[in-house]
Amino acid sequence: MSTIQFDAATRQFPGSARPAVDGLNLDIADGEFLVLVGPSGCGKSTSLRMLAGLEEVDEGAIRIGDREVTHLPPKERDIAMVFQNYALYPHMSVADNMGFALKIAGMSKDEIRTRVKEAAAILDLGEFLDRKPKALSGGQRQRVAMGRAIVRNPQAFLMDEPLSNLDAKLRVQTRTQIAALQRRLGTTTVYVTHDQVEAMTMGDRVAVLKDGLLQQVGTPRDLYDRPDNVFVGGFIGSPAMNLVRVVLTTDGAQLGERPVPMKRGVRAALATEGAEDATLGFRPESVEVVAPGQGFPFEVVVVEELGSDSFAYGNLVGHGQEDGTTLLTVRVDARRPPAKGEVIHLRIREGEEHVFSRRTGQRLSAD
Amino acid sequence: MSTATSPRPPAGPADAGSAPAPRTLRRRHTPSLQRQSPLVGLAAWMAGLFFAAPVLWMVLTSFHSETDAATNPPSVAAALTLDGYRSFFGATSGASPWPPLINSATASLVSTALVILLALPAAYALSIKPVRKWTDVLFFLLSTKMLPIVAGLLPLYLFALNTGSLDTIWVLIVLYTSMNLPIAVWMMRSFLAEVPAEMLEAAALDGAGLVTILRRIVAPVAMPGIAATALICFIFSWNELLLAQTLTGVVAGTAPVFLTGFVTSQGLFLAQVCAAATVISLPVLAAGFAAQDKLVQGLSLGAVK
Repeated sequence: MSTIQFDAATRQFPGSARPAVDGLNLDIADGEFLVLVGPSGCGKSTSLRMLAGLEEVDEGAIRIGDREVTHLPPKERDIAMVFQNYALYPHMSVADNMGFALKIAGMSKDEIRTRVKEAAAILDLGEFLDRKPKALSGGQRQRVAMGRAIVRNPQAFLMDEPLSNLDAKLRVQTRTQIAALQRRLGTTTVYVTHDQVEAMTMGDRVAVLKDGLLQQVGTPRDLYDRPDNVFVGGFIGSPAMNLVRVVLTTDGAQLGERPVPMKRGVRAALATEGAEDATLGFRPESVEVVAPGQGFPFEVVVVEELGSDSFAYGNLVGHGQEDGTTLLTVRVDARRPPAKGEVIHLRIREGEEHVFSRRTGQRLSAD
Repeated sequence: MSTATSPRPPAGPADAGSAPAPRTLRRRHTPSLQRQSPLVGLAAWMAGLFFAAPVLWMVLTSFHSETDAATNPPSVAAALTLDGYRSFFGATSGASPWPPLINSATASLVSTALVILLALPAAYALSIKPVRKWTDVLFFLLSTKMLPIVAGLLPLYLFALNTGSLDTIWVLIVLYTSMNLPIAVWMMRSFLAEVPAEMLEAAALDGAGLVTILRRIVAPVAMPGIAATALICFIFSWNELLLAQTLTGVVAGTAPVFLTGFVTSQGLFLAQVCAAATVISLPVLAAGFAAQDKLVQGLSLGAVK
């Protein structure tokens, strides 16, 4: 168990215009569960593979504990990895799969057997130890891959989308199991996923990447409540945050037919920038339905009833959307949802609006 | 066994009784091989027999006497005898077939082992961790097979003469190894290309070095491919005649060279030649059976997903 440090780590693939991972700085505490999340091609898997030693580091450094591992081969890093496709050894039994690393390390047969049995008991694999991987279900193979990692008691676990080959129900179940197992073992874990729900539910902290650049790192709550930029705001949360271009007025901005007041700090920041418009973000649950005349009118196009929640999708009346196709999403009373085609009036709860610069995409909200 | 893809005839006698069963249910059960039409099976057997007939005729003739073997039309139902085998094993001529058989076995087995040992790392460097310009390397390997061996015969002879390796088993081992190596690299490369890269990365993270990965992961997973390659190399070496006849003579002659010795100026002793050919074919057949269970194993089944 160890801390992990990325120090301006950069990976430039030969023949590609920009780095896959660009000056990544990240400090991961001992025992922390850190999730790297982002859309495909954002460099999250490359970052993980750099940490594993499977990808070269062109610039910067990576440290595990006090040891610099930047140019060490994978076998000298004492870390275990769980792959998306599990990468089990097909010609070995489950027990041999799990004990392979220990065998190479020269551990005695008795010791290997004891440790494999312990790990198998934790993962409920006891009865499958003699089977070959092809005789296991997808979920069981996933657990063997986990077992292969935990049996070694390594400095850190690296997981590269380990749940994406499971069906939806098993994925949710296994998600909880992995998080619980990590808390129990207390091993530093770096977990890569493209699924922001997985990131939010599993991570102690979440690091959001885009185009090889770290966008923001923080607790799930931080990312949700205070996204640093438009990308993080739109990426974290489901349904996604509504992002609307608004024209600035003297004391705020114009949203539909209504003015939206803005805090003085935000106005000052926008004025310094010389901006005439800004991006206003608000989460679907940050609005409340009000009487006509007290909020901006919203024309409902589709209503989705999920039981506990209802979401209304629609357009702002009298507010030209840039692409014209993206519907805004608002959460409405699950027991009294509006009808399709109805125009309702909404107000953003005070302090729950997010203002981003149109030019830089950065957050401007003062608090 | 008949092919699985051939279409079922509209009203096969086998499923006449199950006609009232719902259509979807029948669909689910019919694709099994046992339910194929007997006609397809018959055709497959006919084709198989057609191709095996010359071999079967050779085996049959080897058990006939020379007089029965020489008749035209062939006397199929003639009395069986082991005379052909007796004279092959030296009962009449006094020439023992064992030295050439042992020579053949040595040259084939040693060269095959060398080929596999050299081709596995080469294929690794051309598929799993491709070196720079690996396509050029592959083309070079292929290009070595473009010159007919007979065109290189004189230089090879002079080489053997000047190195003092004429009529030794070593010259054959070296030549068979270099003759089969390009084919082996090409075959193994395509087998290794199917080994999932993550599996090797997992082994590297588990602490395995290159040699351990090759020996404990790549070799076992690619075993069907290695078996197929080894079988091909063994067959090619065992059956090779041109080089063996030119470069060996008295001491290091191989089984095919020995076999040609039966075609004498005094006439063809057909039964004896068939007996010799049968015996010399047996090792190849045995190698095929030995490799069979390795060949059918699914490559890397259950490794990923």
